[in-house]
Amino acid sequence: MSIAAKFEIEYLQYLDAEGKQVRDDLPAFTKDLDHMVELYKLMMSTRVFDAKSVALQRTGKLGTYASCLGHEASHVGIGSAMKPEDVLAVSYREYGAQLYRGVQPREVYMYWGGDERGNDYQNEPARHDFAWSVPIATQCLHAAGTALAFKIRNEKRVAVCTIGDGGSSKGDFYGAINIAGAQNLPMVAVIVNNQWAISVPRKIQSGAPTLAQKGIAAGLYCIQVDGNDIIAVRKAMEDALERARNGEGGSVLELVTYRLSDHTTADDARRYRGEQEVKDAWAKEPMKRLRNWLVAKKVWDDAKEEAWKAECDEWMDNEVNAYLQTKTQPVTAMFDYTFAEVPADLAKQRDLALSLDKKAH
Amino acid sequence: MAQITLIEAVTQALAYEMAHDDSVVVLGEDVGVNGGVFRATQGLQEKFGPLRVLDTPLDETTIGGVTVGLAAAGMKPVAEAQFEGFIYPMMEQIACHAARMRNRTRGRLTVPAVWRAPWGGGIRAPEHHSEANEHLFTNIPGLRVVMPSSPARAYGLLLAAIRDPDPVMFFEPKRIYRQYKEEVPDDGEALPLDVCFVLRDGTDVTIVTWGAQVKEALEAADALAEEGISAEVIDVATLTPLDFDTIAESVQKTGRCVILHEAPKTAGFGAEIAARIAEECIYDLLAPVERVTGWDTHIPLFRLEMKYLPSAERVVEAAKRTLAAS
Repeated sequence: MSIAAKFEIEYLQYLDAEGKQVRDDLPAFTKDLDHMVELYKLMMSTRVFDAKSVALQRTGKLGTYASCLGHEASHVGIGSAMKPEDVLAVSYREYGAQLYRGVQPREVYMYWGGDERGNDYQNEPARHDFAWSVPIATQCLHAAGTALAFKIRNEKRVAVCTIGDGGSSKGDFYGAINIAGAQNLPMVAVIVNNQWAISVPRKIQSGAPTLAQKGIAAGLYCIQVDGNDIIAVRKAMEDALERARNGEGGSVLELVTYRLSDHTTADDARRYRGEQEVKDAWAKEPMKRLRNWLVAKKVWDDAKEEAWKAECDEWMDNEVNAYLQTKTQPVTAMFDYTFAEVPADLAKQRDLALSLDKKAH
Repeated sequence: MAQITLIEAVTQALAYEMAHDDSVVVLGEDVGVNGGVFRATQGLQEKFGPLRVLDTPLDETTIGGVTVGLAAAGMKPVAEAQFEGFIYPMMEQIACHAARMRNRTRGRLTVPAVWRAPWGGGIRAPEHHSEANEHLFTNIPGLRVVMPSSPARAYGLLLAAIRDPDPVMFFEPKRIYRQYKEEVPDDGEALPLDVCFVLRDGTDVTIVTWGAQVKEALEAADALAEEGISAEVIDVATLTPLDFDTIAESVQKTGRCVILHEAPKTAGFGAEIAARIAEECIYDLLAPVERVTGWDTHIPLFRLEMKYLPSAERVVEAAKRTLAAS
């Protein structure tokens, strides 16, 4: 028998669910304990932010909201590994990565609160990242196009896209990794496999034993990672980004995690998944293991935890207040960003909308 | 100065803009070495290299989305859909992202891209190679829909489309790709994207059309002139945003209007023009508005396709009906 090609998928994990090291060769960045504390703090603030968002929705102050509970290691790992000049193309749940890149909680609230200005990220580097992309997996091709622009202009930058396990079923994802392989584009596609696409479980999405291996067919580097272990996520991301930056090609990362929340606030996950499964997933959630590891290193304790929690609460309260004080855009806003300049024909409708609005007040 | 065809004018415009703006890139299936199946990109890869004239994998969804990504990242991509009938997989990226990126981000990100597609029937092509579906795009806000009808307008409008800060659909009527030649100076002069072109002045009836049907409209105007009827011919050229003022001015003068297009009648773009005439010019009308269009059927395979495409004779008859009515 002759073999035409042979493949294998590495699984990467450094910390188990309790925060015990499962291997000794920790990556270099873990030596910087201050930075590890920073990562933990951002994971925590992401969780506080998320709880605040859900509370806002439950009290009628936000529209539908997609929670990121349980994804903190995956998201912060992605965002913290990227360089400012890189570009991030997310779906609609990756707040931990976005907060790291400067998106403000008030901007998230504005978007889910029905105001396009939430997408007008004010802070760099998020300012040159893509906005939330609701049509599943379409953002993967935006990353591919951005990576192609980097290649054409000979810039040492990387485009990163994130999608879910469900999103990896779509043609847009396959198309993006395919052209990334064919053109050797500096692109990293990250599948955040949280096991559920609304009510449809991972096994219905694909017969492949890993989602990472989808990248093999595209000629990309592939790895499966414990998505609840931020050290593993960060290491896999750093490696993939470096390869892409050096012209060595794109990657597909599968971060195995779990959606501890409903799909969105409009969803009720009790309709389609059992309590035991969620309980088991909580036992593997990402915060505990990093906290235990930091406590063992004596750089974190209960007092610090409480103090930071209080700071997060204050931060989020400020953000919520800023959001709640935002005035609704004028009716003309829907006309003014349709084209660079309002065409004459559209200006007539703009005038009409404006006069109707004045009459109504 | 050389005389060139409509498709050569497309090539000339692409080459001019690529030579003068490094951010312009061309991508699509077979656009590289082969120069496109109609040769619209002939010679461009030799001149500008395989990265700026990029053969993509054979996936229209990929072309659609990569174009959005390129444009949002500061390039000016000109994507080719090999045929209008293959553009459907690109439509999600066009409608959901290209046309609304500026709006979604309050102007932070924009998509200054062009999608070119050989459009329409009449070349004895296989199934899915003869579609006229511009009306599927004219209802999408944030998108310009442009269709040239002569070599000079192909050159000037394509330059304008590439330079436009917003996404543009550029539908090329392939039936008249090589219909005739005219002098088109390679001077980089763009034409405006916000006006209709009055191709022939007249006083009795206005014929409004675009794309390949400009040929039938002008033939009909000639035939009508022999019978002493003076027809004005308007090439809409940029369907959206529409310059309705030029059409209204003409209809106010003639009191009669025949709208001619290749796409199916129901909810075709002619319906929009007829509705606007009804809203804004009904008291100027001396006769009901006539529409001469493709039938509400799929365009047939080519043995029957000439019976689908509107003929100059149908336009003449429609014009005469408007005159008989008043």
